[in-house]
Amino acid sequence: MHILRHVGWVKRSKTYQILMNGEFRFATPTLHLNTETCLSMLKIENLTIRFDTRYGPLTAVDNVTFEVRPGEVFGLVGESGAGKSLTGQAIIGLLDPPGYIAGGQISLEGVRIDNLAYNHLRALRGRKIGMIFQDPLTSLNPLYTIGKQLTETILTHTSVTTAEAQQQAIALLTDVGIPGAAERINQYPHQFSGGMRQRVVIALALCANPQLVIADEPTTALDVSIQAQILSLLKQMCREHGAAVILITHDMGVISQVAQRVAVMYSGRLVEIGDVRQIVKHPKHPYARGLMGSIPSLHHQVDQLTQIDGAMPRLTDIPPGCAFHPRCPECFDLCREKRPVLKKIANSHIACWLYAQEAHHAG
Amino acid sequence: MLAFIIRRLAQSLFVMFFVALVAFSMFNYVGDPVHQMVGIETSFKEREALREHLGLNDPAPVQFMRFIGHAVQGEFGLSYQHKRPVAGLFKERLPATLELSFVAALLALVVGVPMGVYTGLNRHGFLSKLFMTFSLIGISLPTFLIGILLIFIFAVILGWLPSFGRGEVITMGAWTTGLLTKSGLKALIMPSITLGLFQLTLIMRLVRSEMLEVLRTDYIKFARARGLSNRAVNFGHALKNTLVPVITITGLQIGSIIAFAIITETVFQWPGMGLMFLQAIHNVDIPIMSAYLLLVAFFFVVINLIVDLLYYVVDPRLRIDLGKANGHG
Amino acid sequence: MWWIRACGSIWERLTVMGDSAHPTEGLSLRKGWRIAGTLKRLTDSDIFYSFYHSPVTVIAVFVTLLMIGSALTAPWIAPHNPFDLASLDLMDSHIPPAWEDDGDKRYLLGTDDQGRDVLSTILYGSRISLMVGFLSVIFSMVLGVSLGIISGYAGGLADVLIMRIAEIQISFPAILIALLVDGVLRTLIPNAHSERLAVIVLVFSIGISGWVQYARTVRSSTMVEKNKEYVQAARVIGIHPVLIMTRHILPNVMGPVLVIATIHLAVAIITEATLSFLGVGVPPTQPSLGTLIRIGNDFLFSGEWWITIFPSAALAILVLAVNLLGDWLRDALNPKLR
Repeated sequence: MHILRHVGWVKRSKTYQILMNGEFRFATPTLHLNTETCLSMLKIENLTIRFDTRYGPLTAVDNVTFEVRPGEVFGLVGESGAGKSLTGQAIIGLLDPPGYIAGGQISLEGVRIDNLAYNHLRALRGRKIGMIFQDPLTSLNPLYTIGKQLTETILTHTSVTTAEAQQQAIALLTDVGIPGAAERINQYPHQFSGGMRQRVVIALALCANPQLVIADEPTTALDVSIQAQILSLLKQMCREHGAAVILITHDMGVISQVAQRVAVMYSGRLVEIGDVRQIVKHPKHPYARGLMGSIPSLHHQVDQLTQIDGAMPRLTDIPPGCAFHPRCPECFDLCREKRPVLKKIANSHIACWLYAQEAHHAG
Repeated sequence: MLAFIIRRLAQSLFVMFFVALVAFSMFNYVGDPVHQMVGIETSFKEREALREHLGLNDPAPVQFMRFIGHAVQGEFGLSYQHKRPVAGLFKERLPATLELSFVAALLALVVGVPMGVYTGLNRHGFLSKLFMTFSLIGISLPTFLIGILLIFIFAVILGWLPSFGRGEVITMGAWTTGLLTKSGLKALIMPSITLGLFQLTLIMRLVRSEMLEVLRTDYIKFARARGLSNRAVNFGHALKNTLVPVITITGLQIGSIIAFAIITETVFQWPGMGLMFLQAIHNVDIPIMSAYLLLVAFFFVVINLIVDLLYYVVDPRLRIDLGKANGHG
Repeated sequence: MWWIRACGSIWERLTVMGDSAHPTEGLSLRKGWRIAGTLKRLTDSDIFYSFYHSPVTVIAVFVTLLMIGSALTAPWIAPHNPFDLASLDLMDSHIPPAWEDDGDKRYLLGTDDQGRDVLSTILYGSRISLMVGFLSVIFSMVLGVSLGIISGYAGGLADVLIMRIAEIQISFPAILIALLVDGVLRTLIPNAHSERLAVIVLVFSIGISGWVQYARTVRSSTMVEKNKEYVQAARVIGIHPVLIMTRHILPNVMGPVLVIATIHLAVAIITEATLSFLGVGVPPTQPSLGTLIRIGNDFLFSGEWWITIFPSAALAILVLAVNLLGDWLRDALNPKLR
């Protein structure tokens, strides 16, 4: 399977065929290995998502570029409406109309997936990319037992017998920490508590061993006491299954606990992307700094949590130049006129004119 | 399970009791039963004797209990107009109405549900828009108008189908059926379409809107995100969830078919209970009116019970005692 | 609908002037600006947008208004007065529409068995149909909304009682209840067949068969409103419950009621037509569309189709237009469907 990660640009039609059958295990050894794609399993380039409204198209995600490496936990943070959930939905091909991908491309293991035919894309879902939604209470079909929902998913993606699928399902439920899995498998979602249901959802997302799991605010709807449990479970399960995670959240605290790398989004644009320790300890972009300042800390006594004044602009009136400039304490003329692009500074990329100068000087 | 059924039964009994009260009040207080039974030349004394004999001078609760007792045995007195026992009249006409209602209900379900599913899944398709337009017209045309139009086209202009009556019927014991003869079947076509069309459009629109509602839910999105096939998502997950409300409304609709049969039977001179009821209203034949009311209420209650049981089969949330849920975080 | 937008932009310009250039103008003028502002907001709102972008709805509104208008002005615009017995001539009976071979220019849509002009009877008939329809809807609405508010606000025994009756009633089709109430009332009231009483009886029967939906909707929204702060505050400062219900809660629960009322209007018109068709509605001397169809139905087989088909078409178009309007209103007010 690992070989397949490197097949990349090799004959498209052949790769599709493989995807279609859901058989990823045999990869012809004669295929070229593409060393470049080794580092990134998911690559998003200049992704733009628009909504057509009667006022004209609204750009909800604007020119977003990032990559996710195999096995890592990648955080995607921002306020609600920043476009982070849309990005997640676009990756798995489940954008709700009227939203659509207006530009850019998404590649999984070097193969473009944003323009796949519906059935090819469907074969990827669950098999290569899993997804976890925010609310475990509504993510499960109330009319089917959780066992039925698990085996159904396993049977869709692998060629095992029903009995084997049942066994796998029980094993998986035990793995996610559901006691008495063998009995509970025949129960309906309403017989489980919220935390338990999110465990079931994690099991469902991982049951066909995907290489990437998109977790969209997986703990927001849960009690605070359960959030940490679910997060560490998610991290542990993904490590065991060798899956990378895109963790979408508005909670910088969550990110700092579990993520290795993080991207900060504002108004549909990436403002800063880099190593999590770097961004948590020394955020560079004024918006990221503001986000960090709003986390209470146990170690340092602070009189007052800082907050960013104002609110994120509506999609209908994103200001020219840097989208953050009206709220930015360090804004200057250039910010109002020209849009900053991501520039590499030390270990991270930042889209801010403050650092563009430094980068210029340094370069 | 048992508690649920008992509760439902108690509710049904309450409804029947209430309807019986209405029927009884009609029977006793609307018009004078004695006045209807005797001729003008009957003396006051004879009338009083008849009144005493019929128990009309007893206190109301006693009369009501007697009324219920008789009703349970299927006795509703004499029809003023036909001078015959009401029960016998109903027995003769019940098969005609039930056959018509059954065929109409079948038509509404067999055509309405698939059309609803189709329009729900292909919201913007050409055929869906056609179906929706058609359904709006179906809802806007009163039942009797559909009947008249059908008669005008297929009986008057084309002369293909009979415009009234049941055709040739075969008697099987207490039941008469028109389903076994060619003329009976031919006679059934237009009335059943007339009766079923309104319910068909309602069911179609209901299934469509429920389908749209369900397709928006998180668990359908999650099912798609797990890579399940369209077939499994649409027909396995979505359709089953739309069934819950659809069963309820459909049950009510099928019940109302029996009542709507009044109109269809009048248009097509179909010899059923509805036609008799309408004639009873014209002639102020109170025994038939109150008996009809009770009978229809009985049908409704039975249908509602069946609906509740179906509900119970489809939705596990009702099936399992909530007290047993023992999830913990 | 370019002209509406044009008006909108003119209003916009006016409002801008009103707001900035002449902030201290006289009161009346500023009131004018405010109306202009309201209009501007209206033409800019989502409902209005969905309205002039749905040609079907525009047509439906036009047809509805046309039918209401011609019904109201029937005595002036109808070519003949079908109820003026002196003007009727049996020699003119059974004349087909004007474009048929035996047609007569004076009678565009032909005449019926008594020599009445079909077009005129339709105009007068839709007057009765619409009147009964509107009155029944108003009756249902008043009854349903008041019972719903009381049920939701008072709770307790009143709530249980009202909702139980509603539950029983809703399990029977409205037409059956209307038929029964109508039948019973006719027996109880000796003169029920006289014209004016017949209409009142009809309105009462149709109205009483339709209150449940209003009551249920209003009850549930009242129960939500009841717990909001403005009601709590009103209660704390000792405003009489009746005033709270009418002044404070009522305006906040009327939105969905309007949608129900529009759809109910179509149902009420159908019910009236059905009852009249069955011969228990308005008397033939003052016919509604349903009565006309009933009368004409007898002549269908002898080939005199125009006596029944034209009133049928008028009824169908009227109900279809109102239904379309109700459909659009429901979708426009339900943000989930957008």
